[in-house]
Amino acid sequence: MSVLVYVEQADGKFKKSGFEAVSYAKAIADGQGTHLTAISIGNVGDSELKELGKYGASKVLNVSSDQLKNFVNQAYASVIVEAAAKENADIVILSNSFSGKGLAPRIAVKLKAGLVDGAVELPQTTDGKFTVKKNAFSGKAFAVTELTSVNKVIALNPNAFGTKESAGDATIENFTPEVKTTDLTAIVKEIVRATDKISLPDAELVVSAGRGLKAPENWGMIEELANLLGAATACSKPVSDAGWRPHSEHVGQTGIAISPNLYIAIGISGAIQHLAGVSSSKVIVVINKDPEAPFFKVADYGIVGDAFEVVPKLIEALKAHKG
Amino acid sequence: MKILVCISNVPDTTTKITFTNDNTQFNTSGVQFIVNPYDEIALSRAIELCEGGKGTVTAINVGDSSTDPTIRKALAIGADDAVRINAVPRDAYFTAYQIAEYAKTGDFDMILCGRESIDYNGAQVAAMVGEFLDIPSISIIKKLDYDETTATLEREIEGGKEVVSVTGKFIASCAEGVAEPKIPTMRGIMSARTKSLQVVEAVEIAEVAKVVKFETPAPRGAVKQVPAEEAAKLIDLLHTEAKVI
Ligand SMILES: Cc1cc2nc3c(=O)[nH]c(=O)nc-3n(C[C@H](O)[C@H](O)[C@H](O)COP(=O)(O)OP(=O)(O)OC[C@H]3O[C@@H](n4cnc5c(N)ncnc54)[C@H](O)[C@@H]3O)c2cc1C
Repeated sequence: MSVLVYVEQADGKFKKSGFEAVSYAKAIADGQGTHLTAISIGNVGDSELKELGKYGASKVLNVSSDQLKNFVNQAYASVIVEAAAKENADIVILSNSFSGKGLAPRIAVKLKAGLVDGAVELPQTTDGKFTVKKNAFSGKAFAVTELTSVNKVIALNPNAFGTKESAGDATIENFTPEVKTTDLTAIVKEIVRATDKISLPDAELVVSAGRGLKAPENWGMIEELANLLGAATACSKPVSDAGWRPHSEHVGQTGIAISPNLYIAIGISGAIQHLAGVSSSKVIVVINKDPEAPFFKVADYGIVGDAFEVVPKLIEALKAHKG
Repeated sequence: MKILVCISNVPDTTTKITFTNDNTQFNTSGVQFIVNPYDEIALSRAIELCEGGKGTVTAINVGDSSTDPTIRKALAIGADDAVRINAVPRDAYFTAYQIAEYAKTGDFDMILCGRESIDYNGAQVAAMVGEFLDIPSISIIKKLDYDETTATLEREIEGGKEVVSVTGKFIASCAEGVAEPKIPTMRGIMSARTKSLQVVEAVEIAEVAKVVKFETPAPRGAVKQVPAEEAAKLIDLLHTEAKVI
C-alpha cells in the first residue's frame, strides 16, 4: 500500500497549495508506514519536478503529453486512477482547489472510495477508524467524517496545513498512460488568468472591503494596502452584486470560503452569511465606524473608526515599517 | 431539450448551527429549510434555456417526504415536473448514485446542479454523477450558453477563468453569474400544487463515508481594540504579536 498525491501546476509551476498537499500526504504516508508518490500532469520541467522531493515525495510520476496539456477533469481522473493502480496506492490526496473539486469526486467514484473534501487536519486512525475533519455548514462547523471504504480520497483545503520540508530526493519517472478519446469530449477553448494578482483561495493575507466604502472609486486605498502587504483583495456580497468589484472576490456563504492567516475587514458589518466564509481565518482585523458592528465579536483586533481616515494611516505605517 | 436539475434541501443561511445526540446530529428543530441557493441559480438557468417551448425542466431531490415543500418551491419557480428519490441523503456518493440511476431512465441533454450545498459544502455531486454516467462534468461554472448541440461554459479557476466547450450530454455545477435566481410568481405557486411530483425508491449502494461527529469552531478571545488615532500600532501588533506580517 502507498499514498499518491496529485500536484496541480499552472504554466509549468506547482502551486503553493500543491506543496501543501505533498507535505500533508507525506505526513499521512509516515503515519501509515509507507512511501509517497507524487503525480504531475502537464508540461513541467525536471528541476520543478525535483522540488516535490523536498516536501516528501520519494517518486514523481511525470505525465507530459500534448493531449493532457490543459486540465480536463475526466481525463485527469483516469490518469490519476491508473497511477494509483500502478503504485498500489489506497490513499489519494489532492488540493481542494477549483480544479480539485471537479477531479476528486471522479477519482472517488472510479476507486469506489469515500471522499473527504475540504479537509482541515490530518486523519485520525484510532480504534481502527479512519476519520478526517472537514469544514461544514459554510465554516459554521466541522464534520468529522469516517471513510469506511478500502480506498480513500482526501482533498485538502488551501492554507489549512502549511508546507513542511523533509530532507529527501525524488526519482522522476515518465508515465505515459493511454488516454481515451471519450475522456476528452470537454474542450478547453481559452484560459484567462490574471498573473499579476494573488489568487484569493490561495492567499495567506486578505484585505476585504464592504459597503462601508460607499463607491467603487474608493477601492484605490484598499488595493494599495493589499499591494503593500502582498495580500489578495476580497469583498462582501452587496459590493460584487452592485458590480463595484468582480464576483470572484465575493467571500462568504454564497461566495468563496477562505482561511487566510490574516483577514482584514474594512467597512463590512459582519452578517452571518459573510462570517460563514471567513471565520476560519487565523487572525481577523475589523475596521468599522460602528462600535456595535457584529464583526467585532469575532475579531482578534479591532479599530473603531472611519475607514477613510484609518486606512491611509495603515498605509503610512506599513511604508514606514517596510522602510 | 430535456434538463434535469438537482435540488438540495438546506437550512436557511441565517440558521444558527447546533447539534444534538452528543454532537452526532444536526439539530433541525426550529430550522427553516430552503432550496440550496446555488441550486436556485442552476434551476433559473435551466428555465431560461427552455423558455418559449424549447424544452422541459425536471427537478430531482434525494430526500424523505419532509423535503416536499422545497421541491414544491422549485416547481413554483418554474420546473415542469419533479422527482423525489425517497431516501435520507447519507452522503454525496449515495446522493450522486441515486441521481445518476434516475438520469439513466430519462435521456436528459444536460444535468445542472449548484456548485455546492451550503450544509455539508460537498462540491462532489456533479462530478460524481458525471463519473457514474461517464459524461463530462464541469464544476463551478459562472456562465452557460447552449446552441442546440454545443454548450459553452465558463469555469472558475484560481485568479481567472477557463472557457470550456462540450458537445453532447454533460453535467455542470453552477455558481453566481450563471443566472439571476428567479422568484416564484403567484401563478407559479398556484400551478406548483398540481404539477407532477413522482416518488421513486432509492437503489442500495455500499457505504463509503459517514459523519461520526460535528464540532463547532473554538470561540475567539476578546477583541483587542486599537484606538483609531493610533492605527499605526496595528501594524506593529500584526508583526510582533500576531506574527502574520
Ligand atoms: C442567502 C443569502 C446569502 C448571502 N451570502 C453572502 C455572502 O456570501 N457574503 C456576504 O458578504 N454577504 C452575504 N449575504 C448578505 C449579508 O446578509 C449582508 O447583507 C452583507 O454581508 C452585508 O455587506 P456589508 O457588510 O458590506 O454591508 P453593510 O451590512 O451595509 O455594512 C456596511 C458596514 O460598513 C460600516 N461603515 C460604513 N461607513 C464606514 C466608514 N466610513 N468607515 C468604516 N466603516 C464604515 C457600517 O458601520 C457597516 O457595519 C447573503 C445574504 C443572503 C440572504
